[in-house]
Amino acid sequence: MQFIQDRFRYLFKSTKGLILVAIAMIGLETALFGMLSGPMAEFGVRDFVVRVFKMDLVQAEREGRIIILYHSIAMAVVAIETYMITGLLKMKEFYKTIVRLLVTVGYLFTMIFGMGFAYWGHNWALHGLYITGLSLIFFAGVLLTIALWPWDKNYYQPDKAYARTKKGVDMERAAFFATALTTVISALFGAIPGSYFGNGFEAFLAENIIRYPEKTVMEYSVIGHLHIMLALIAIMITLIVGRWLNFKGILQKIAMPLMILGTIVLNLGVWGVVTPLEPVAHMIIYVGATPSMLAALMLVIFAWDKLIREGTAGIEKPNGWQKLKALLRDPLKFGPLWQMVFMNFTTSGIGIFMAVRLDEIFRLWPAREERIELTGHWHVLSAIIATIILLYYGDMIGLKGKVRKLYGWAIIILSDIAFGSVTIFEMKRLFIPEAAQQPLVNTVMFLMDFGLGMLLVVLAMVMIWKLVDLFKKKGRWTEEVDHELFAEVKP
Amino acid sequence: MKHLTFMSLRGALSGAERRRRATKQSPRKGRLLRAAALAMTLVILASCARVDLTAPIPVYDTGVAPDAWAVIPAGSFLQGQAADPASIDYDYEMMVTDVTVSQYVTFLNEALASGAVKVAGDQIAGFYPGDEFRGVKHEVEIAAGDYILVPLNDPTSRFTFEGTRFTVKTGWEDHPMTDVSWFGAWGYCGYYGFRLPTELEWEKAARGSADDRPFPWGYDIARNNANFYASRDPFEDMSTFGSRTTPVGFYNGQSYNGFQTVGSASPYGLYDMAGNVWQWVSDVLPGFSDRFMRGGSKDTYDMDLRLWVRNSAPPTYYGPGVGFRCVR
Repeated sequence: MQFIQDRFRYLFKSTKGLILVAIAMIGLETALFGMLSGPMAEFGVRDFVVRVFKMDLVQAEREGRIIILYHSIAMAVVAIETYMITGLLKMKEFYKTIVRLLVTVGYLFTMIFGMGFAYWGHNWALHGLYITGLSLIFFAGVLLTIALWPWDKNYYQPDKAYARTKKGVDMERAAFFATALTTVISALFGAIPGSYFGNGFEAFLAENIIRYPEKTVMEYSVIGHLHIMLALIAIMITLIVGRWLNFKGILQKIAMPLMILGTIVLNLGVWGVVTPLEPVAHMIIYVGATPSMLAALMLVIFAWDKLIREGTAGIEKPNGWQKLKALLRDPLKFGPLWQMVFMNFTTSGIGIFMAVRLDEIFRLWPAREERIELTGHWHVLSAIIATIILLYYGDMIGLKGKVRKLYGWAIIILSDIAFGSVTIFEMKRLFIPEAAQQPLVNTVMFLMDFGLGMLLVVLAMVMIWKLVDLFKKKGRWTEEVDHELFAEVKP
Repeated sequence: MKHLTFMSLRGALSGAERRRRATKQSPRKGRLLRAAALAMTLVILASCARVDLTAPIPVYDTGVAPDAWAVIPAGSFLQGQAADPASIDYDYEMMVTDVTVSQYVTFLNEALASGAVKVAGDQIAGFYPGDEFRGVKHEVEIAAGDYILVPLNDPTSRFTFEGTRFTVKTGWEDHPMTDVSWFGAWGYCGYYGFRLPTELEWEKAARGSADDRPFPWGYDIARNNANFYASRDPFEDMSTFGSRTTPVGFYNGQSYNGFQTVGSASPYGLYDMAGNVWQWVSDVLPGFSDRFMRGGSKDTYDMDLRLWVRNSAPPTYYGPGVGFRCVR
């Protein structure tokens, strides 16, 4: 009994254990449900999986299933970010405990009962528990926002190396607070239309209605919700990486106000789509996105400069090659920032290019092509966030030496092969006619599946290693159980 | 905090043993890297392979007459994904198959001779009276004037043109007419006194009035129900040109050289209402210049063959996976 109690304490009470469980759950879900679409369906794997697991896939409910699938993965990611925030930032123990409890029960309910409802027949009790899970996470978000209140003097920033107001309010904490607060509000933009459409069972995917000139307020709300939630998850992981790498100095002092401003304006723009401001909402969104992205750029500059300085510490006048070697020395520290840069090629750049040339290029093609571009670029953004989490997790569990390098570079290279291929697939019509595209499609599909498949294999190896470790009396888990993330932030 | 090291993963190997193994593995590692680089190069080179658009095509007689019409009786039915009650209060007839290349070439010859269409550079153009323009964001003005029906000299065209006469390329006679714009579909139907179906008419014809089936033949889809992406029909080769159209009415229960199809007509006896080619429909939404297409195609996954799925494109768009049929 003690054996189980100890492991339970690690998995569900320690930061690293909680993150491990959430990553494992996402890994399992992605591996299983990823086999139901795309090339896996082509190869007949989908039919096999459906038969073996006795899934009940009603054609008319595909969109509803996918919405639940997206939510169940997203909630686990939100939970991971919550564990990281509560492990990195100071807050009252009561809040830390209750927020973690709620978010854990919430995402597990969402994932287990949501997927049960969506893929194995419609037991409405399961749907109720799925909604309960989402509600618990919402409540956890409210409590987290309260816990992050930056005007509490206990959390003032005494160190002038960090962004702070004259009174001492920690601007980084304020950025976390602003992001948490706007996340909770933005969740409502999905919850309200979700209840409305759910009651009539009229699930739809936003990319399928994107071209229609007249959309209802509820439809706009759904479109706004999915965009802003992903953007906020991305902003939050940027802040988390900044805290992990101890972002400070002049760049941090400029970046934090920009991040706060950007987050608030971005949200106002997205909320504006359901108001008479809709015609100018996109402009407000661009205005908000710019400072947020500038702030992220400052983090990249700071961290890369730090990596280079640390890596060339013993060299009097390092040359370019030595600096590059120093930068690439540690993939787990270099990787998250590189992925943020890479995101500009696969997500932001594509999005801006599409917005600028929408009528001249993209609206001349069938809507289905536009759907591919839309879904492709936000899938890539989601997956980039996941890789950043995995890279941080690799550091968190103390990977060292060659394993650290192999794990880190495998994640970076394999994911970027996949994301680059997705981007070529999205944009293929720019450089190849429809009738001649098949060899190119075959290649990019192969590279996508190869990249993501191998990445999942790498993740599976780490998960198996962690599982084996759990059976050891003095396994590494015993060291992780009481270790907190803030203690690992290097001064 | 104690960190995991490579050593701990490899167990209790001695330092000397590790060094010996590392030395021994170096050439193997190099070979592996070279093999990986070679494989990656081959994969990338494969993407540059030329596609032979004139590759031979099998010829099969499906036995389904392309000039046949089916009566769709007035009455109620369940519309859309949510199966909302709807009704049409008049009988109408719809073509049993998509308009074939033969039929369209006949139209082009007749219409060119009568002056209803004309050669305009590298395309055949015809007059369209225009739509009301509302100036909505992204709306493109479609004023009265001549618009493209079909392109000439497109590598994927299924007919040839020698100055005065259109001729079907051998083997494509009974395949659906593709590379036809919405104007080309609208012009064909109008020339013979027919018209394009509305979305509602199309959907009733595809689904019937008895139930909320997602496909014209029922609730599930298999590879031998319809022509869709990677459905492994005798006309596709996913390593080169990919999926190609099947002759109209191909999925009628016949076996073609061992490829056994399932009879997949709609409840009213219409073929290919799911897959093969997207079908233009007539609806024009206020403030929206795109035209809608229904039915999915040879190039889409099975989810797009569900009969409520909409695709849209500007009316000047044409492609190898887009065709049409008429109603009267």
